[in-house]
Amino acid sequence: MARLTPDNTTLAHEIIARYPKPKSALIPLLHLAQEQDGYVTDEAMRHIAELVGVTPAEVRGTGTFYEMFQFEPVGRYLINICGTMSCALMGADDLMHAAEETLGVHAGGTTDDGMFTLHRAECQAACTEAPCLQVNYRYRFRATPDDVRTLIDDLRAGRLDGEIPPHGTLARTRQHIPADRGVGAVDPDDVAGPPAWVTVDADTSQGAS
Amino acid sequence: MSADTYAWAPGFVAGDRPRIVTSRFEYEDSYTLERYLATGGYEGLRAALGRNAADVHEQVRSSTLLGRGGAGFPAGIKWGLTPEGVFPRYLVVNGDESEPGTYKDRLLMERDPHQLIEGCLIACYAAGLSQCFLYIRGEMALAQERVGAALNEAYAAGYVGRNICGTEFSVDIVLHWGAGAYVVGEETALIESLEGNRGMPRLKPPFFPAAIGLYGQPTIVNNVETLANLPFIAANGAEAYTAIGTETSPGTRMVAVSGHVKRPGVYEIINGTTTFRDLLYGEEFCGGIRDDNELKAFVPGGGSAPWFLPDQLDLPFEGRQVGAAGSMLGSGAIMVMDSTTDIPAAALTLTRFYAHESCGKCVPCREGGTWLMRILERIVAGDGTTDDLDLLLEVGGSICPGDMPHAASAELGLEATPFPYKMTTICFVGPSAYVPVHSALTLFRSEFESRVTPVRPRVRIPVAAAGGGA
Amino acid sequence: MSPNDDAVNEPTDATDDAGSSGDKAVMVDDAVADADTVDSEPVVEPDPDAVTITINGREVSARRGELVISAAERNDAYIPRFCYHPRMSSVGMCRQCLVEIDTGRGPMLQPSCMVPVSDGMVVDTESDTSKRAQEGILELLLANHPLDCPVCDKGGECPLQDQAFSHGPGESRYVEEKRHYEKPIPISDLVFLDRERCILCDRCTRFADEVAGDALIHFMDRGNATQVNTYPDEPFSSYFSGNTVQICPVGALTASPYRFKARPWDLEQVESTCTTCSVGCRTSVHSSRDRVLRFQGLDVSDDHGEAVNHGWLCDRGRFNFESIHADTRLGEPLVRTDAGLTATTWSSAMSITADLLGSALAAGSDSVGIIGGARGTNEDALAWARLADACGVGRRDAQVGDGIPAEILDLPRASVDDACAAATIVLIGPDLKQELPVLHLRLRAAVESGRTKVIEFTPTGSGLTAGAWRSQQYVPGALVETVRQSLSDSDVAAQLAAGPVVVVAGRPNLAEQGPAVLDAVEAVVAAAPQATVLPVLRRGNVIGALEAGLAPVSGDTDAILRAAADGQIKVLVLLGADPLRDHPDAQLARRALAGAERVISIDGHMSSSSRAADVVLPAAVMGEKSGTTTNIEGRTTPVEQKVTVHGTARPDWMIALELAQRLGHDLGVSDLNDLTAAVPHAARHRSDRVPAASAMPPSNYELRLIVSRTLYDAAVLTAASPSLAELAAGPGLSVHPADLEALGVSSGDDIRVVGPRGSVVMPACADDRLRRGTVWAAFNQVDPRGVHGDIREVIDASAVANDVRLEVVS
Ligand SMILES: Cc1cc2nc3c(=O)[nH]c(=O)nc-3n(C[C@H](O)[C@H](O)[C@H](O)COP(=O)(O)O)c2cc1C
Ligand code: SF4
Ligand code: FES
Repeated sequence: MARLTPDNTTLAHEIIARYPKPKSALIPLLHLAQEQDGYVTDEAMRHIAELVGVTPAEVRGTGTFYEMFQFEPVGRYLINICGTMSCALMGADDLMHAAEETLGVHAGGTTDDGMFTLHRAECQAACTEAPCLQVNYRYRFRATPDDVRTLIDDLRAGRLDGEIPPHGTLARTRQHIPADRGVGAVDPDDVAGPPAWVTVDADTSQGAS
Repeated sequence: MSADTYAWAPGFVAGDRPRIVTSRFEYEDSYTLERYLATGGYEGLRAALGRNAADVHEQVRSSTLLGRGGAGFPAGIKWGLTPEGVFPRYLVVNGDESEPGTYKDRLLMERDPHQLIEGCLIACYAAGLSQCFLYIRGEMALAQERVGAALNEAYAAGYVGRNICGTEFSVDIVLHWGAGAYVVGEETALIESLEGNRGMPRLKPPFFPAAIGLYGQPTIVNNVETLANLPFIAANGAEAYTAIGTETSPGTRMVAVSGHVKRPGVYEIINGTTTFRDLLYGEEFCGGIRDDNELKAFVPGGGSAPWFLPDQLDLPFEGRQVGAAGSMLGSGAIMVMDSTTDIPAAALTLTRFYAHESCGKCVPCREGGTWLMRILERIVAGDGTTDDLDLLLEVGGSICPGDMPHAASAELGLEATPFPYKMTTICFVGPSAYVPVHSALTLFRSEFESRVTPVRPRVRIPVAAAGGGA
Repeated sequence: MSPNDDAVNEPTDATDDAGSSGDKAVMVDDAVADADTVDSEPVVEPDPDAVTITINGREVSARRGELVISAAERNDAYIPRFCYHPRMSSVGMCRQCLVEIDTGRGPMLQPSCMVPVSDGMVVDTESDTSKRAQEGILELLLANHPLDCPVCDKGGECPLQDQAFSHGPGESRYVEEKRHYEKPIPISDLVFLDRERCILCDRCTRFADEVAGDALIHFMDRGNATQVNTYPDEPFSSYFSGNTVQICPVGALTASPYRFKARPWDLEQVESTCTTCSVGCRTSVHSSRDRVLRFQGLDVSDDHGEAVNHGWLCDRGRFNFESIHADTRLGEPLVRTDAGLTATTWSSAMSITADLLGSALAAGSDSVGIIGGARGTNEDALAWARLADACGVGRRDAQVGDGIPAEILDLPRASVDDACAAATIVLIGPDLKQELPVLHLRLRAAVESGRTKVIEFTPTGSGLTAGAWRSQQYVPGALVETVRQSLSDSDVAAQLAAGPVVVVAGRPNLAEQGPAVLDAVEAVVAAAPQATVLPVLRRGNVIGALEAGLAPVSGDTDAILRAAADGQIKVLVLLGADPLRDHPDAQLARRALAGAERVISIDGHMSSSSRAADVVLPAAVMGEKSGTTTNIEGRTTPVEQKVTVHGTARPDWMIALELAQRLGHDLGVSDLNDLTAAVPHAARHRSDRVPAASAMPPSNYELRLIVSRTLYDAAVLTAASPSLAELAAGPGLSVHPADLEALGVSSGDDIRVVGPRGSVVMPACADDRLRRGTVWAAFNQVDPRGVHGDIREVIDASAVANDVRLEVVS
């Protein structure tokens, strides 16, 4: 386990092929690894390094820059309570206290049963809906402490299973570029001239001049 | 609390204002291709493809469409900055929306993804760009899903990919997810991130994306909202666009108003004329301060903007005037603080944000941002000293040496110092950690003074232990 | 700028250099000769790239494209900096170099390390804003720094410390808890990292990625938590790791061989040249209390045309200073008695040696053979060559059967800069990363820049394979055919015609005859007549020794050893040579040392061959003697004595001069200065060329053997350096996985390598970079436990190539 599964490896190759340079697929592949195991394992990073042709240190260097990647196991549900300005003005602290009390862990902690990890998060681009939070990156808007308690109950009871997948899963609809429709990515070093459609009317249509 | 996308966020459909980018928000299925086509979708693209690319570019140039990512640079001019004859060139869509207070791009992606896709296509066609990368902030699962699904529909229907609408025009749009880093919204960091690297900004020059961008090639970076305007312009012409708003700020603009107002929300307003008073107090917008409290201060343009007082309420939402008054419009985000607000604590939330989001590249931001945060923390906790107030300004001065912009205040007898400031960092993250500190301390110094105790003797630590060196 | 241009444009400089204490390089027969003849004010042509800028109110001239930071420095306005390094791309991270720059739109704070000069630019490094910015940044840099200067290796030579003293704030206002990390952590066998001291300047990580091409260390985490680290369980095992220690501007990276050995203010230093291999990297040798404690790479500016190594060293060259003070050093002369090798006085040892030589010469000058000389200075080699001339000894060779014919030196010579500026590099030789590591760095940079295309012919693949335009993996024995075939390809022909061509030529395979390389090179030169050649013979001063006269006159090392084995040699002189360990054909070497009537070994360290000698004369080693050395380019640079010689050891030249005296010859030189003055530049060679045998006779050994060096092996300076000795991998045979599978052997199992000569047992290792049907073993690998054998046992030096078969060890 922990390297990408054969299915995910196939998907990884598909993703890599979309970019002019393989390294561009690094972050998408880290997401794939996190979706597979709930967090990014060392073996997965080695595998990704092989797939995109960099050192494992580079994969880790890139991965650790980004907030969303977890390198240790986290709960099935990662609860991110926003604490930036608008949410803070509208009572984010109360949400955090309610969550800490209900879960019995402090921000940054994971419950003993491995169900929940609680994080204080920065601005989630929902400021007009403050205070807000995310569970596995699914929003809850204008939340009250009571809402937080109900939410945790519902999650624990599995009542939200359909709506909120386990940690690591982002969009459940992925982009697929059909082979007969895609233009395909080309290494910039191998591109000599303007795109084919620009040459249709070469003298006038090079818009950017 | 609500998870339902439709039951919340009043505002955008209230009132009788022209709607360019939010016109489909009233439909529940606004994100589907079916609805899109039924409401004039892809008409702009068809119109553009019927003309040659230079004309389309010219149309965008004459519409004076200003970038909505924060800098407000005209899109048509930006496209023209690419060096001639260098290919390939790319479009990178900045959907990393993370500036505190900002909330518009996510709505545009969730609610009308095809409008964005159409905008990307028009830009690629007009500027001769051969591949488009649509970079969506990692934490926006729904936006990723909606844009992904819309792209799949659009590919299947022949709107994206090879030979679009039966023409020679062919371009791929690749959906790319970020992974949580505010600084990646900065365009050169965005490019680094898209190359699979740590999202650390590059220095401009030499890395002006239009000349040296993704993979070292000419690259146009545009904000989601900027691109979402293009279908309207292509379909209706530049005059229809400039007929709205003012000469320097044509069209409409999405503004999020959050904090202590009665009806926080995202509003599509007429650019350049709508005043802050309209927005905060107008019935078709926020309808006043919550509980009819006094307004204490507001941030006019996202967390990086210097703060305004009620003195500035009658300024219109227009870049130059706001700049002269000591702040900036940024990404169209107003955060409102009423009289109950604890100013040092509010400033701390913003400084903490920027300190946390520092990429770590520039020393002043990496060390100074965190230091400012630590000092503020102890002031808010009641452990600060009067010395700390000067120290805040000193440390801030190492990030922004020179005069800091701030608002005028009749009560304090302050004249405005106009935007911008000098900075020792590459990008604005570092200065942004200082901006709220400076604004709060300049406009509300008494609130800090009442929080701190007189100087206690401080532990003095020698800077470098003698080691026989120089 | 080539040295020639330099001589024309800045003659005063060049003349000064040539006339100064001889510590500046002399590029063979051009720059200096020209410069010396210039005695009146020369005509200085206006430089089309010159721009005028104003720095702190003074108008000065700068070069277009030059960065403000370096233009200012050249004009006596030093701008403080931490992340900037002239040999790497600028990142503008530390912000320490911010100054106000006005390009017509008003003064703006800009990092001077990232802004190229432009005409009319106004730079103020001392304005209030510049000063405010610089002081502020210094305070911030120190905020989280542990300030543990008294226990820091860098204390006393630390730019951060220096700056803090000279214009830092007197006290820290940072009262918060500092960042804490476990300190220091080993990130490789040689390097420790203290993340608390690190100021995140990106120098080490940039070096690893950009220069070495191995991003094994990297920034991890973000913002205030950013740190340098390796991947867990994947150490910073780079051949170039020591450079990161040298360029670290604080004490965050320290090297285990130097840690806590000295304080900078106790160190004395002198500029010298590394002679571990033939690249000739410029170094400075640091010592304290008469012990050499470290080597640092020296970056001699491009202006002097001396930028051989750009300041870099490989770890082998950097850390083998330990061998100078090793236990294996020879401190007194030894002669063989009934009790074995016994210490004696110099006078008795010299008189024995002279007697042995005298009587051998009386039997005919062919009864003496001299092997070696590449480990010494040019002066050493010259003295020995003159002695050999005087005695009529033609059997001499500075190579030890591991090179290619010395005639390679007669082809038009290229410099490293030439190679880096060439449109095409044709590489017929070893993996430079393993054998001439800093040359690898230089060529890699040229390839990365996109300027230069590489066409390589290699049996194994090399460090340049990934970036090569064409990489032709040839089967040993078929080199010349492969090269010819490739030259007939029209793309290759077009590429060779596209601009300057430099052939980098050395011995790719020690189990394949060397003369074929010369044939292959000549084939390339025939196809690209303007091509120049960079000979990559490996031994330290091999080029200098060959040019000074230790090239074969009648018989190369192989021939001498064969003659010795046949009983034709009465006295075999080994000048720092150890054929028993170093000659590819172990059996021939053994028979030769047994067959020679007497063996005289002159060496700095006790070696296998000196142990078998009849007289052993202790020699001074590099660091203990002065003189000059000549690198692959023909560039002659000084080596300097830094410490007192060990025991009574003497430099080789002194031994030669005394022997000449005892034998009654006048060599025309009486001291080191005479010798230095007489060192020839680019001497030409009499041809004693052994033609390459062509056809490989059929055999029933189905695998073709490739043997080449890796950076760490049992070579004496490495083996005698405790920090490096452990890094040699030990014996092993790499086999294509399919071939291994066919045998039913797994990677790591022992196998028996059987050739016509005999067999050895060693572990097998699967390696899919090899062609099927070829196997590879590293040269000179020793198993201290004696379980695994030496691949040289199966090499026949006279064969075109060597075949083996593998047998399962039951
Ligand atoms: C620290 C920082 C964060 C930024 N974040 C965003 C962002 O989240 N979204 C965005 O569109 N622009 C952001 N910008 C602005 C971009 O750098 C860039 O100017 C913009 O994407 C250009 O698009 P436009 O011309 O269409 O506005 C940010 C800039 C800075 C300095
Ligand atoms: S200011 Fe901060 S976030 Fe911006 S580049 Fe510098 S360190 Fe990074
Ligand atoms: S030396 Fe220029 S920013 Fe570091």
